[in-house]
Amino acid sequence: MDSTIIILAAMDGVAYAALVFLVSVGLSLIFGVLRIVNVAHGSLYAYGAYVAASLALAVSGISPWLTYPALIVASILVGVLIGGAMEYFLLRPVYGREEVLQLLITFAVFMIMDNVQRLIWGVQPISMAVPLTLLPNVEIFGVNYTSYQVILLPAVALLALAGLRYFLRYTLSGAVILAVTEDREAATAIGIDAKRVFLITFIVGASLAALGGALASPTTSLLPGMGTEMIVLSFAVAATAGLGQIEGTAVAALMIGLARAFAIYTYPEFEVLVPYLIMVLVLLIRPQGLFGVNRVRKI
Amino acid sequence: MRGSSLILMLGLAAAAAAVQFVAPNSTTLLTLILAKGIAVLGIVVLLQAGQVSFGHAMFFGVGAYAAAFLGRWMGSGELLSFLVLGTLLSGIFGLVVGLFVVRYREIFFGMLNLAFSMVLWSLLEKMFHYTNGADGIRVARPTLLGQTFSPQNSELVLFYMTLFLAFVATILVQRYLDSPLGNMLRAIKSNETRLEYLGVSPQRVLLFGYVVSAVLGGIGGVLVAVAQQIATPEFAFWTKSGEFVFIAILGGSGHALGAFAGAAVFELVRVYASAYLENTWQLILGVVLIVIILFAPNGLVGLFRRAQQAKDS
Repeated sequence: MDSTIIILAAMDGVAYAALVFLVSVGLSLIFGVLRIVNVAHGSLYAYGAYVAASLALAVSGISPWLTYPALIVASILVGVLIGGAMEYFLLRPVYGREEVLQLLITFAVFMIMDNVQRLIWGVQPISMAVPLTLLPNVEIFGVNYTSYQVILLPAVALLALAGLRYFLRYTLSGAVILAVTEDREAATAIGIDAKRVFLITFIVGASLAALGGALASPTTSLLPGMGTEMIVLSFAVAATAGLGQIEGTAVAALMIGLARAFAIYTYPEFEVLVPYLIMVLVLLIRPQGLFGVNRVRKI
Repeated sequence: MRGSSLILMLGLAAAAAAVQFVAPNSTTLLTLILAKGIAVLGIVVLLQAGQVSFGHAMFFGVGAYAAAFLGRWMGSGELLSFLVLGTLLSGIFGLVVGLFVVRYREIFFGMLNLAFSMVLWSLLEKMFHYTNGADGIRVARPTLLGQTFSPQNSELVLFYMTLFLAFVATILVQRYLDSPLGNMLRAIKSNETRLEYLGVSPQRVLLFGYVVSAVLGGIGGVLVAVAQQIATPEFAFWTKSGEFVFIAILGGSGHALGAFAGAAVFELVRVYASAYLENTWQLILGVVLIVIILFAPNGLVGLFRRAQQAKDS
């Protein structure tokens, strides 16, 4: 394996890891606070991508630079409207019910969103590469790569990581979220509106998934199955890190992103297998994930 | 098992057998419903212990590919040997995976199952040389006890075989759940620590249930692969696992029959929705699922029981 391929694989891996991180960290955040695994998370990613592509195509006629705000607007729209409605109307009635039912209600949302997506955007691949072509290519160690993928995407991912960290550790709203996560009853007793915290957390998590999709939309063609694949992949990343671990998710995303990229260049048939293999191995040795804390067993 | 539910089951089995005289075109649909119901029975078993597997389609896939590989190797194949091999392989596979997963509970149990099933799925999808990848392997119409049948009779034979297996599986599962071992399985859900105080290993209790559920999944996989004459990686994909959990909750996990009631409603909605309302069956099933969860969390079996109680009082 020569050095060009190593660098190419590394850059592929980093670009991919940045996208996967955004989606997985949203999943992890939602689980950390609401204790619900959102099976429809991949659909939010897909909707982020499709809405962003449609919006960007609509505004690219006015000015190609408008496609950038279009990506952001699309992810917030999807996060607030779909994510908000999902939490408010569907998840709220099942808090405290059996875990199976909570999981299944998000599975139902997945089925509905998957179907509606085919009805709106059809099954033909859609591509919209305007934002990708606007930015110049860069040369790193002699390898030519788009700066959108190798600079912008990791920068957004790092910004999201730093933003989440700052928000949760150093702001009052962050402290409120942590308080509800730690002990919902006690938090409610001192006057915290736990319902609002759940709603806001879910919207933030959903917007992160949609942002991942929106940013991914210029780099790949949009296909009906994209959400179905992303959900298991983001599961794999979040579980490998340990559910609810924000920083750990970044490490796991990088690990899985790089491993996958190197697999593509060496043993392409194992590309899909690698993330799940890592997940199985990590969970067998440390079921709480690489960075998760061991939960004390409840009697 | 109570006499009344045995009579109910016999009645249902007779009704299912009679349907194909009234509507001969529905044989394959009925076969699919019953075969899926057998796989869902496995989920119902695990639900007794309060555990949800989001990767149970892997055993469904093992069964399907057992039939496909054996069929390819033997030329056409023998239904009984498909079933025997499917049962054996899914049992062994269930035992091996089970040894790992029964140490975990709740979300960890579900996720580890998901991870194992996705490993199997990607192997089936990518080992193109052996599995034909996403195209899958064709399963030729098998013989039964060496007899070859015309296509139409072959469908009938498969239907009666599936009906018989579904009947036997329901009785055995219901007996298992009513046995001390089945009660211990339920104790894992309600209070696992007490089970340990009694000197029982919850791991072993769950492992037994897990292998049972794996075998049920495998048998379901063999039957569906033979009915559809193909085995594809989709059989082991996570959405299939989700579908099984969906059907189990739709039917209700209170009784083994719930699995078949759920499978019947699921398949009927799928067939009729795709026939009359184009491309919306998934949407409709999603809405049905939400309504069931919000308003009838005990599923169809729960609704049936509630109706019965209202009549009695």
